Amino acid sequence: MSKKIKLFFKGIIDILPLLIPVVPFGIILGAIGIELGFSSLEIFATSFIIFGGASQIVFLQLFSSGASSLITITSTFVVNSRHLLYGVSFSEYLKNLSLGWKVLLSYLLTDQAYAVSNIYFEKNKNNGLKHYYLLGSGFFLWLIWQISTLIGVFLGSIVPDKLGLSYTIPLTFIALLVTYFRKIDHIIIILISGSLSIILYNAPLKSYIILSSFISLSVALMMIVYKKGKNK
Amino acid sequence: MIWYGIVISGVLNFLTKFLSLSYFDTSKMNPRVKQILTYVPSAVFPAIIFPGILIDTNGDLDIVNNPKILASIIALIVGVFSRNIIATILAGLAAYWFIIFI
Repeated sequence: MSKKIKLFFKGIIDILPLLIPVVPFGIILGAIGIELGFSSLEIFATSFIIFGGASQIVFLQLFSSGASSLITITSTFVVNSRHLLYGVSFSEYLKNLSLGWKVLLSYLLTDQAYAVSNIYFEKNKNNGLKHYYLLGSGFFLWLIWQISTLIGVFLGSIVPDKLGLSYTIPLTFIALLVTYFRKIDHIIIILISGSLSIILYNAPLKSYIILSSFISLSVALMMIVYKKGKNK
Repeated sequence: MIWYGIVISGVLNFLTKFLSLSYFDTSKMNPRVKQILTYVPSAVFPAIIFPGILIDTNGDLDIVNNPKILASIIALIVGVFSRNIIATILAGLAAYWFIIFI
């Protein structure tokens, strides 16, 4: 098996556990869309074109509640804006790729693909084929998301609410953060960001994620500057 | 109208990722910027985690008798010791089901 294919499959295998919540979430999204009165094609188009779980729910909910297009589009954008940080964070690793690769990998970049690839890229900075890892993880999540949405659209709410499967979403992100829980400065940032997201939860346009992220990154910057000053 | 909305939102989401990935040259940036990027997961993920645990479906804060809090603490402990993603998710889910069904 060529190295490229091996890396592609390694990406798929590493993202598998993160797909546990993606399947029920996709099904729920499809079911919610039908409940809100959208057509199967429209719901599937949000998965294919917008491709961002939480932002699609925001989009469908605001659109059906009669919010103006401007508010719907802005809110969807704000919910997705955290991807800006993922892009910047990967720019150094992927800067030598062709335009076509950058287009494809940008489309496939998600929270989960970012999380597993970030770990892999940090350990394999000098591997010239490392983008195949992101391709594998990103593509597989994309595929499962499209299939899950379709199942939700056609079968409706087959997942009983009682199981609390939406709880698996925060659980996955806890699992993605555990390696950082061994460093005190990261724990501080995690607690600040988490507290801010609760305080700012009702901020307009669902902006609490990006607001909390930017404020806590500013705190991280202050900590870095302070540490540097102390070491001098 | 909805099709315009879907396409515009899709293009914006794509451009957010594409432009930041293509046109930020972190190698030419202040080393401090690079250092700050290592904090991205710690700054972004908690803003998804905390409301997912503490805010109920009506959008209200839910701290009293919330089974997700204990389940998340158990998941975190299992995660920190096992460093295993699947073990962390399954421990949290098992703890959550144990609390709500028993």
